[in-house]
Amino acid sequence: MEKVLEVEHLKKVYSLGSITSRARITAVDDVSFFIDSGEIFTLAGESGCGKTTTAKLVLGFEEPTSGLIIHGGKRHESSDSKKKVWFTEGVQAIFQDPFGTFNPLRTVDRYFFETIKNYKLASNEQETFHLIDEKLKAVGLSYDQFFGKYPSEFSGGQLQRISVARALLTDPSLLIADEPVSMVDASLRMSIVNLFNRLRRDFGMSVLYITHDLATAYYVSDRIAVMFRGNIVEMGTVEQVLMAPKHPYTQLLKDSIPEADPEHRWEGRVQLSDSDQDEYLKKGCKFAGRCPQVMDICRREVPPDITVDDVLIKCHLYTEDVVTLV
Amino acid sequence: MHTLKDLFQDYKFRFSFITLSILVLYALLSFFSPYDVTIWGEVLRDLPPSIAHPLGTDSRGIDLFWTASFAVRNSLIIALVAGIISRMIAVPVAMIAGYIGGTTDRVLMFISDSFLVIPLFLIIVLLAMLVRDSMNLVTLGLMLACFGWAWDARVIRSEILTLRERGFTQTAILSGTNTLPLVVKEYMPFIMPLVFATLINVMAWAIGLEITLAILGLVNLDLPTLGTMLYWALSYQAVLLGYWWWVMTPVVLSVLLFISLYWMSVSISEYLDPRSRIQRVGAH
Amino acid sequence: MLSWKHIEATVDNTVLSTEGLHAYYMLEVHGTQKVVKAVNQVDLDIQKNEVYGIAGESGCGKSTLLKALAAVIEPPLRHIEGSIYYHVNGDIIDVSKLDAEEMRRLRWRFVSYVPQGSMSVLNPVVKIKSTYRDFIVSHVDGKSQIEAFEMAKEHIAELGLPPDVMDAYPHQLSGGMRQRVTIALAALLNPRVIIADEPTTALDVVVQRGVVQLIKDIQAKLQNTVILVTHDMGVHANAADRIGIMYAGKIVEEAPTDTIFGEPLHPYTQYLINSLPKFGDKTRRESVPGSPPELSDLPGGCAFHPRCPFVMDICREQVPDYTAVKANHKVACWLIEKGQDGKGS
Repeated sequence: MEKVLEVEHLKKVYSLGSITSRARITAVDDVSFFIDSGEIFTLAGESGCGKTTTAKLVLGFEEPTSGLIIHGGKRHESSDSKKKVWFTEGVQAIFQDPFGTFNPLRTVDRYFFETIKNYKLASNEQETFHLIDEKLKAVGLSYDQFFGKYPSEFSGGQLQRISVARALLTDPSLLIADEPVSMVDASLRMSIVNLFNRLRRDFGMSVLYITHDLATAYYVSDRIAVMFRGNIVEMGTVEQVLMAPKHPYTQLLKDSIPEADPEHRWEGRVQLSDSDQDEYLKKGCKFAGRCPQVMDICRREVPPDITVDDVLIKCHLYTEDVVTLV
Repeated sequence: MHTLKDLFQDYKFRFSFITLSILVLYALLSFFSPYDVTIWGEVLRDLPPSIAHPLGTDSRGIDLFWTASFAVRNSLIIALVAGIISRMIAVPVAMIAGYIGGTTDRVLMFISDSFLVIPLFLIIVLLAMLVRDSMNLVTLGLMLACFGWAWDARVIRSEILTLRERGFTQTAILSGTNTLPLVVKEYMPFIMPLVFATLINVMAWAIGLEITLAILGLVNLDLPTLGTMLYWALSYQAVLLGYWWWVMTPVVLSVLLFISLYWMSVSISEYLDPRSRIQRVGAH
Repeated sequence: MLSWKHIEATVDNTVLSTEGLHAYYMLEVHGTQKVVKAVNQVDLDIQKNEVYGIAGESGCGKSTLLKALAAVIEPPLRHIEGSIYYHVNGDIIDVSKLDAEEMRRLRWRFVSYVPQGSMSVLNPVVKIKSTYRDFIVSHVDGKSQIEAFEMAKEHIAELGLPPDVMDAYPHQLSGGMRQRVTIALAALLNPRVIIADEPTTALDVVVQRGVVQLIKDIQAKLQNTVILVTHDMGVHANAADRIGIMYAGKIVEEAPTDTIFGEPLHPYTQYLINSLPKFGDKTRRESVPGSPPELSDLPGGCAFHPRCPFVMDICREQVPDYTAVKANHKVACWLIEKGQDGKGS
């Protein structure tokens, strides 16, 4: 199975602060994963975990500090910085804020026409119309509903679907969806998420789904990587990672999902971090401050990457029963 | 043109549009002037307003009504030249510096800041003294333009910096749009009110600066402008001698010009403001 | 451990009620008048010592209802008809008859309001302790600044928040911590009613849980009432004792939490619950079809009828009244009134 994206040892360090105090935050720390063709892969975690930064690095909107990105046979290392954006034909993206995605002073269709013109996707008006119509139908919208209208004339859910339609114009092999449903009402999220499933089924498209909502992640993805403060702490199939989480953070994340079912309320209490920045700068495991199963070694040493039953996990708890060391 | 109809709802726009139209017509009237206003002694001196001379005559023996028509014309031309050329410098500089950032931005802003920091007035005075006799409307306008772009470049640049962070910039990049078309197509609609408002401000500033230079005698005094009218009035002691029509004419015309330019700038800016435009969108 | 109560609404136990409340926005857009019927006939009997959740999609009027309940009705929002009553120490006070000074006294002492987005409450240029001190000093007589600071510190510590939060500026705290600080501030003067507008929206899931935990802790400690608005039914399932489902300016169903999830009767409630993915269940789920109506252009009859799978003729013409299915479960739906069971729960 051909891989549509490979990321190896990706790292991004930001330098924050003033002249007197500078903190170096490693937003993305030694992240490696791959996405197969026709697969939906989720990068999950709370805000500040590095998932959006990873997306920006993959798209080329930011320069990695070190590491390798491979797509469509092309390798991109941090050293070849000349081109700002590396590939946009085979990789497209949609973002979190549907109303921010389009210029409020221009009609939405203009972006479609521009995409088609810039990538030379159609040679005359007939073909242009057909291409747009086809992609709009794929997301459940009609040309008449869409043509000549400004973003303010649509709802958030509709704009997200229009966003997806535009991304589909180049027939990308990979769609990066950065928190596509967090600004959409809970009851409307399924329509967007179901769309990803349909696109995978009908067009063999892969999706890098970035979210903090584990419920939709479970519902739609094949594999998942859970991130915490820049590291991937657990990675495997969605069944394994979400139904039987091994890492204490994944367990906490899963337990904290508010289920619309009074029979499954939260049990126990949760402890929140006092300062996000402090957690980034911890010496050992970054979760040590809040982990219910913390050991001494966790505070001193960064945990290794261990594979247990095909699940990659970054935790000292599992060093005893190691099967293979990655 | 529903745009004009919308604009006319605003009293500021109505007043300024009508006033400026009248002034422009007055300026155009200068092409039909029966006198050559640069020749002295064509009419009797120091006559108060009458039917033959609606605005009276001055101590040089020149009819004021027709002189004023030339003055308005020339002052407007200087203002337009200064305004438009300074936009042609400010906008590209702002767009390049704002969007590309990095070293390019730093260099351009350094140049721009230098123009802000240099004692502008002294330089203009120096230049004016050097080129005074060969100065015509266009050269004066160009000189003013060189000093009228720096501040606005910074203002427009900060708007571009904000726009660069907006989501639709990423959408445009993903749509394959290159830098130049992106900046023009995506950002222009947002910058237009700023460009327009600053254009009119620079025009008003140019007229004011011309008047100042003229009063100091640093321009080509044979060229009838609002400033030179005042120069001659002052040097012939018109105020002391009670020839009020000679002083009032350029003063009243200048004030009318300033107010209508200012109000037009404000009302058009309000109209073009993206926030109110977004509300209007879809209503027509 | 968090706890949930079984609440039955009785008159004596009411702390805040509304009768036939209508509050509309009167707007002028391009010279034409537009009326947005954000609160369109709401009757509530909020009890003491309960967490009452108001659920609904964006644009259903829930934020406006909260503003009305907190007596923060300012133009262009106008109180059209109906009443809001506060039950203070055995007296029933009609809120619309209060003047500004009386209202100010009641605020933060009887009812406090936590708006959406904590940054609008915390002054960004002063430390947290200054914001707390200002609230105490302006609402409680006879406290010196030192005493005010002490009171604030104690309050924060009792709620389990780290004390050094007091010396920080709002931007130095994480979003979740800011939200918790704002909620703690709302509880400072022991109000009988705390009204919270979307306190967990845009927060991460673990942080959200922490905020709900704090709200429940406060309610348990003060034994007061919390009215909580959010579109997230999962949060309601974990936080609320009773839930009111709001649609197009009306409460269409109201029942204890277990009942709403166990036997939802209104078709909209059923859709709302069924559209959310249950963890571990990969069966296909669908969003509610169509979109909520514009509050300025409501359809005739029952506002939900264009999207309702069980629509009947009467639904298009007449607005249904409440039917009390049980002592504490009421629904506004012709299906129930006509004696047909709500299908497909």
